[in-house]
Amino acid sequence: MKAMSKMVPYPSNSIVPERDIDKRPILETHHLGIDFGGLTALDDLSLTVGRTEIAGLIGPNGAGKTTVFNLLTNVYQPTRGDIMLDGKSTAKKNSAQVCRMGIARTFQNIRLFSNMSVLDNVKVGLHNSIKQNLFSSLTHGFGYRNSEKKSRERALELLDFFNMTDMAEAEAGSLPYGAQRRLEIVRALATNPGIILLDEPAAGMNPSETSELMDNIKKIRDTFNIAVLLIEHDMNLVMNICEGICVLDHGKVIAKGTPDEIKSNPVVIEAYLGKKKEAN
Amino acid sequence: MTFISNLINGISLGSVYAIIALGYTMVYGIAKMLNFAHGDVIMIGAYTSFCMTTYVGMSPVVSVVVAMAVCTILGSLIEAFAYKPLRKATSLAVLITAIGVSYFLQNMALLIWGSTPKTFSSVVPNSSIALFDGKLIITYESIITIIACILIMVVLTLFTKKSKMGKAMRAVSEDKEAAELMGINVNVTISITFAIGSALAAIAGVLLCSAYPVLVPTTGSMPGIKAFVAAVFGGIGSIPGAMVGGILLGIIEIFSKSYISTLLSDAIVFAVLILVLLIKPTGILGKKITEKV
Repeated sequence: MKAMSKMVPYPSNSIVPERDIDKRPILETHHLGIDFGGLTALDDLSLTVGRTEIAGLIGPNGAGKTTVFNLLTNVYQPTRGDIMLDGKSTAKKNSAQVCRMGIARTFQNIRLFSNMSVLDNVKVGLHNSIKQNLFSSLTHGFGYRNSEKKSRERALELLDFFNMTDMAEAEAGSLPYGAQRRLEIVRALATNPGIILLDEPAAGMNPSETSELMDNIKKIRDTFNIAVLLIEHDMNLVMNICEGICVLDHGKVIAKGTPDEIKSNPVVIEAYLGKKKEAN
Repeated sequence: MTFISNLINGISLGSVYAIIALGYTMVYGIAKMLNFAHGDVIMIGAYTSFCMTTYVGMSPVVSVVVAMAVCTILGSLIEAFAYKPLRKATSLAVLITAIGVSYFLQNMALLIWGSTPKTFSSVVPNSSIALFDGKLIITYESIITIIACILIMVVLTLFTKKSKMGKAMRAVSEDKEAAELMGINVNVTISITFAIGSALAAIAGVLLCSAYPVLVPTTGSMPGIKAFVAAVFGGIGSIPGAMVGGILLGIIEIFSKSYISTLLSDAIVFAVLILVLLIKPTGILGKKITEKV
């Protein structure tokens, strides 16, 4: 642990260095970058997310935000830099292994298993926490029934957290949009992560749904004691719940800090709104 | 009475096709590839059972278990050496590899067992039940085949619907990348699918050769192709579809053999496939595929 606390040698790069300087961060990236052919999609991203922190990744369209998520979950392999998840490097791992190391995500465009039931979607998330051997599941032996019961109970418990128990048997693809978004979060939580990545969780939601989502995100952090890193365009949400914010533009970090610092940062304002307009 | 007797023979032959088609359809559903070597795994299964009973002197039932084990290992090996390196290649490359594997297996069998046909002794007691004063004769072989098919169907349906691995398979079949991001080992899931499909092929091989006891290295190819037709017929990727397709195909084949022409029966089978695909391109129970824009 002592040695690990030295893992925060970049206080200036940390999103909220004040909060977790004494704690081992759940996620760190050091000078992370990726090139696609000649195009640098992301360059020199160093960030730290604390153990129970809600952090935001914002930036204009095409800034490279989803690329960061794809790098963190090893869908892409970085060209430069490295990622430390809970103090361990995720280099040379595949997405499934990284998920087992404690990172879970949702998708910008919903990617549920839409032909499977809501309950089964959550059970897929529970895949690695349920022990079941092939033989007993073919023969429906005792161990099989026991583990299926446990997985069902856990899945229902998670669904209950989002008031979705009454939809458990419905086909995931038939749910209303907002419920599908919530189900993606439940499925990600089922993998028992240390950090959950939410890719535009409020996209397409109305203001009342968004405020419910904000409560839910805080509830997730407080109940599961995990970190949340989210990409979002809804500034109201980001400024209200994120403790630390990182702003990307054209694959580069242009600002980092608390919501108040970001709001008043001229570089950020320029990236979002263009050059300062004439006084009116 | 001949009608009922033909119907039972048709269902029995169709059950064998259905068991083979399950292997095609499961592999297609999960790995999105057509494993044309599947028919030859059947042949290896039948040869294994033949060797175990003839040379080792095992009881027929034990020989089936051995054949299943051999085919499971063979299926996993084929997957690991021939298909896994091509996971990201185009589907055409995988298809051609599968045809290559098919020829490899046939020629390997030719080297080991030679081209002289072997007479397969049925693993099922060679007797029958006579009903209606001997007007209707049902062989034990048909009964066992039909029961085996129903049993396999029930177990597989429960397995894919309920078990953890079954759910992982369905998840991989819907969205490989999302499944992987949920912590599912996609490669293991695909290997297990191949293993299950190959074990089923062994059962099919033994049942097929119990009914048609001539065993040569190309024994598996025609039933393999017909089972593929059955899988497409029922809607490839769908387990109940493989079942329905297989049994319908068996019935059509036996009926055209006994009422129309023995020589034309295969032509009729394939003509029916073309008709079905013209009317319902996704097969009888196939899901409509919506292209993502």
